Amino acid sequence: MTHAFYVYASYGFAALVTIAVTVWTWADGRARRRELAALEAAGIRRRSARARDGE
Amino acid sequence: MSETSLAISKFSDLANPTRFLALAARAIPWMAGITALCFAVGLYLSFATEGDYQQGETVRIMYIHVPSAWLSMMCYTIMSVSAIGTLVWRHPLADVSAKAAAPLGAAFTLLALVTGSLWGKPMWGTWWVWDARLTSVFILFLMYLGLIALSRAIDDPSKAARVSAVLILVGFVNIPIIKFSVEWWNTLHQSASVLRLDGPAIDPEFLRPLFIMAIAFTLLFFTLHIMAMRNEIWRRRIAAQRRLAARMASREE
Repeated sequence: MTHAFYVYASYGFAALVTIAVTVWTWADGRARRRELAALEAAGIRRRSARARDGE
Repeated sequence: MSETSLAISKFSDLANPTRFLALAARAIPWMAGITALCFAVGLYLSFATEGDYQQGETVRIMYIHVPSAWLSMMCYTIMSVSAIGTLVWRHPLADVSAKAAAPLGAAFTLLALVTGSLWGKPMWGTWWVWDARLTSVFILFLMYLGLIALSRAIDDPSKAARVSAVLILVGFVNIPIIKFSVEWWNTLHQSASVLRLDGPAIDPEFLRPLFIMAIAFTLLFFTLHIMAMRNEIWRRRIAAQRRLAARMASREE
């Protein structure tokens, strides 16, 4: 392949950026879900959730 | 209920973050699956099709450069619509949408700049020139970074939302400049060859993988955007609940 370096470098960088953004978004979501679960475990809930439980 | 009021209530249903979270949970796995499928087909076509008679194999860089450049502008347009939503309708999700989109826009703009540079070196003989297209896209990248910094620098979310929305709308002037830069000025960057009034000027051999990759990148953007919006809603709920907990704790003392 001619200019293989430029082609593979482009695809490599594209893979790096898209995978990094995806992993970052996913990890952020996981961390937030954990925090919400920790708050829930501590008995801190949204008012709407409390009303549903009949508290 | 009349048809209009039904349509309005449907639209305001989406404004409800809880409703949005339920919808996102259902949509994200499907969107991620279709995105992966499109990338599989797109990447196969990108390397299975023939090279250009002049550009050789470097034409394959187009299949990632053009979709990421397209996303860099589409993302800013979505942020501008969200900014109007924040300022005019005070839609509760509009600011969440703009804030979640900014890092994604920055990532795809960086991708467009780097792949363009890697394409420029073998075809133009230079990594970078300060011509109108390249410079205006570089300014777009700096604007994304500025907007990310601004929205994180102000603690009060509603104040941050308004200030960011005004800046996003001011910056929108750059989008038509990017699009028409290759026509208004004499640039090293070529003029439009896909979205033209007289139809695409490139061979179907290249158009097929380009089209599939553009769909794949666009779907990836929307999947990540919905995920990032969901994260932002969760982040705000956590902050609100922590405040509530702190208030309850101080009352008990």
